[in-house]
Amino acid sequence: MALVLNEEQAMLKEAAAGFLAEKASIKQLRELRDSGSEQGFSSDVWGEMAQMGWAGIAIAEEFGGLGYGYTGLGLVLEQAGRNLSASPLQSTVLVAATLIAELGSQEQKQKLLPAIAAGELLATLALQEGGHHAPLQTAASAVRDGDGFVINGGKLMVLDATSAATFIVIARSGGTAGDEQGLSAFLVDAGADGLKVEQRSLVDSRNVGALILDNVRVSSANLLGAEGQAWPGLSRTLDIANIGLAAELLGLSAEAFERTVAYLKERKQFGRVIGSFQGLQHRAAELFAELELGRSIVLQALHAVDDGQADLALMASAAKAKLCEVAQRASNEAIQMHGGIGMTDEYDIGFFIKRARVAQHTFGDYNYHLDRFAQLNGF
Amino acid sequence: MSDLEQFRQETRSWLEENCPASMRTPSKGFDDLYNGGRNPEIDHPDQKIWCDRMAARGWTVPHWPKEYGGGGLDKDELKILRQEMAAITARSPLDSFGISMLGPALLQFGTEEQKLEHLPKIARGEIRWCQGYSEPNAGSDLASLATKAEDKGDHYLINGQKIWTSYADKADWIFCLVRTDNSGSKHEGISFVLFDMASPGVTTRPIKLISGSSPFCETFFDNVKAYKTNLIGEEGKGWAIAKYLLTHEREMISGFGAAPKKSVGQMALETMGSDASGRLANGVLRQTIAQYQLDTLVFGATMARVGDEAKAGQGLGAASSIFKYYGTELNKRRNELNLAALGEQALGWDGDEYRGGVISRDWLRSKGNSIEGGTSEVQLNIIAKRVLGLPDA
Ligand SMILES: Cc1cc2nc3c(=O)[nH]c(=O)nc-3n(C[C@H](O)[C@H](O)[C@H](O)COP(=O)(O)OP(=O)(O)OC[C@H]3O[C@@H](n4cnc5c(N)ncnc54)[C@H](O)[C@@H]3O)c2cc1C
Repeated sequence: MALVLNEEQAMLKEAAAGFLAEKASIKQLRELRDSGSEQGFSSDVWGEMAQMGWAGIAIAEEFGGLGYGYTGLGLVLEQAGRNLSASPLQSTVLVAATLIAELGSQEQKQKLLPAIAAGELLATLALQEGGHHAPLQTAASAVRDGDGFVINGGKLMVLDATSAATFIVIARSGGTAGDEQGLSAFLVDAGADGLKVEQRSLVDSRNVGALILDNVRVSSANLLGAEGQAWPGLSRTLDIANIGLAAELLGLSAEAFERTVAYLKERKQFGRVIGSFQGLQHRAAELFAELELGRSIVLQALHAVDDGQADLALMASAAKAKLCEVAQRASNEAIQMHGGIGMTDEYDIGFFIKRARVAQHTFGDYNYHLDRFAQLNGF
Repeated sequence: MSDLEQFRQETRSWLEENCPASMRTPSKGFDDLYNGGRNPEIDHPDQKIWCDRMAARGWTVPHWPKEYGGGGLDKDELKILRQEMAAITARSPLDSFGISMLGPALLQFGTEEQKLEHLPKIARGEIRWCQGYSEPNAGSDLASLATKAEDKGDHYLINGQKIWTSYADKADWIFCLVRTDNSGSKHEGISFVLFDMASPGVTTRPIKLISGSSPFCETFFDNVKAYKTNLIGEEGKGWAIAKYLLTHEREMISGFGAAPKKSVGQMALETMGSDASGRLANGVLRQTIAQYQLDTLVFGATMARVGDEAKAGQGLGAASSIFKYYGTELNKRRNELNLAALGEQALGWDGDEYRGGVISRDWLRSKGNSIEGGTSEVQLNIIAKRVLGLPDA
């Protein structure tokens, strides 16, 4: 596939840019934060997004989606990154729907995917347990009990935890920490007995939470995929999730950068605009080159998903590692080049660095993915 | 069979028949490439045979029009030819500044007569060109060049000095920036002329590089005649041509940023070993190599994307500056990593045990990549001003 947008994709990008700037911008994020919204996003805006088909953008048409593929979803996520738009696009559309499509039976897909595509069902993955993304270290346990399983454990970094109706909980039904074998995925209702959902407050003011699973009983019908065999589908889903987050980080970095360049042309010191100082010009030019490189790897990685490329894992870690690096630099430089005003809550630029670090951390940061990239390259 | 498939079959069997076995081995380095010219430097007799055979088909410049000695191939055919050559690891038959720099400028700005006069000789490797841009006092500030060209009717009389003129002592002709007018701003009054290096009044003096070789020269002009038939574009309007040519030079140089055949990570594994988890034994070096390989992959993706965008009629402003800057910095990083990964082996300067010091010499030579064709700092200035629109100090 050529590394350019086709007409349909270019139109989608335009539409997303326009809609999100109007309905889900930093202004709305600030209002949500200041009003103490537990949900962290607006249900009305999410309803409109679903009506435009975005909730099913990468879901196959046979399951009620648009079938635009992940390149389409990536374009919307990039615009969401630009506007810092809060919505269940990441939790439900990028991650949960993908995992269901990867692991689910025909019946499960028929039941869940159309509901997600219609914007009626919010679902989310419950994976991380410690301070870092370490999927193979999963220790939450699932023990067979009659016709079902009993799950015990704790989960962190569960996106949109307090809004989700369905959790996909990763637990170990066999093997030991570090093993690929033995990981299972379970559909757990938000109202299940023994499940406690705690709201957590992170720097980006989004909806995220922790789960405590205390003897949560689920039937075998709630198993997503075969028992103990969740890893290949989960791993693929995590690759896709990281590519989607890389797209979001690309939009976020590009916007923070453009706002910073605009400021360089406007702010005067020593009798001239600060953008005329070469010390700042070269840093801005280097960052621009990095952003262009970041844009290329995101697009190539999105195509790798849609084309079913065999090197998806490598492309995912490359895209995530690179965009973590770019976002870190862009968000840090944004504050530095704004001077004192960049440190104020009243000014919007500080919102970028907050979302950047959470998105960077989610499903593995720079250190995780650069290490994995080296391993996948054989060293 | 589709036309393209047929083209592929024909290309494959022609290459099979015509590419000498010795030309299917990688060239040993920079100095081993075939550059053509009146007195070509030949390391292996097959070089000229290979070049002549390819030139007869127009395949030394497969993308140029046929009437100028090219192959007239379209983008798809060109891709197939490259693939088929890569499949048998065929060497490039001819590498020259005529192909990578002057040719594109002539195609864009030359008259029909000038194109017919010069392009076929470039394509056949008959004339080797050098680039007379830099002067002792005009490096990054190239437009302040002072080599003087006086109007003498049908020709100019040229006096002055160039420096860092790569292969001036081996080249047959020079494309040269000269000042025909001093009255306006420094960007006006520059003319782009071509002349024979065998002309009376031209002398060259090689300069030795830190890598030990002497690829470039000081070049002196003492009442040298350059005929007006070889003035490219209008008199005094050479700056636009000079800049256009530079974008092609920068694209060529940025190609150095491509991934090496054997990855640096693999090379380091062989010399340093791994720990129990299979990771390179030294974690600090491992991270530096991983970052380099990541950037190389991402750089490749960017070359591909910008290529595809150009085909689709979209374009990234100042792309050649981004590539020049990033590609050369990457190549310098790779060469530093060669030293780090290979240790003592990489420090050898001479002798068979060090293969003549090829690693250290390449490393030293790579330092010039971010200077030649406009320094990294100059590329960043261009991006800041032309792309980001930041004002002058
Ligand atoms: C291997 C090699 C081959 C070459 N081949 C050729 C050739 O064939 N033909 C030819 O004409 N030339 C050739 N050159 C010359 C090359 O183009 C010049 O060396 C280059 O343009 C820099 O000019 P300079 O050497 O005068 O350095 P200077 O311009 O003096 O630069 C010195 C330092 O100052 C920095 N600097 C200068 N101006 C600025 C600014 N405005 N902002 C920030 N920093 C600045 C530079 O980046 C550099 O770091 C070659 C050079 C090399 C190294």
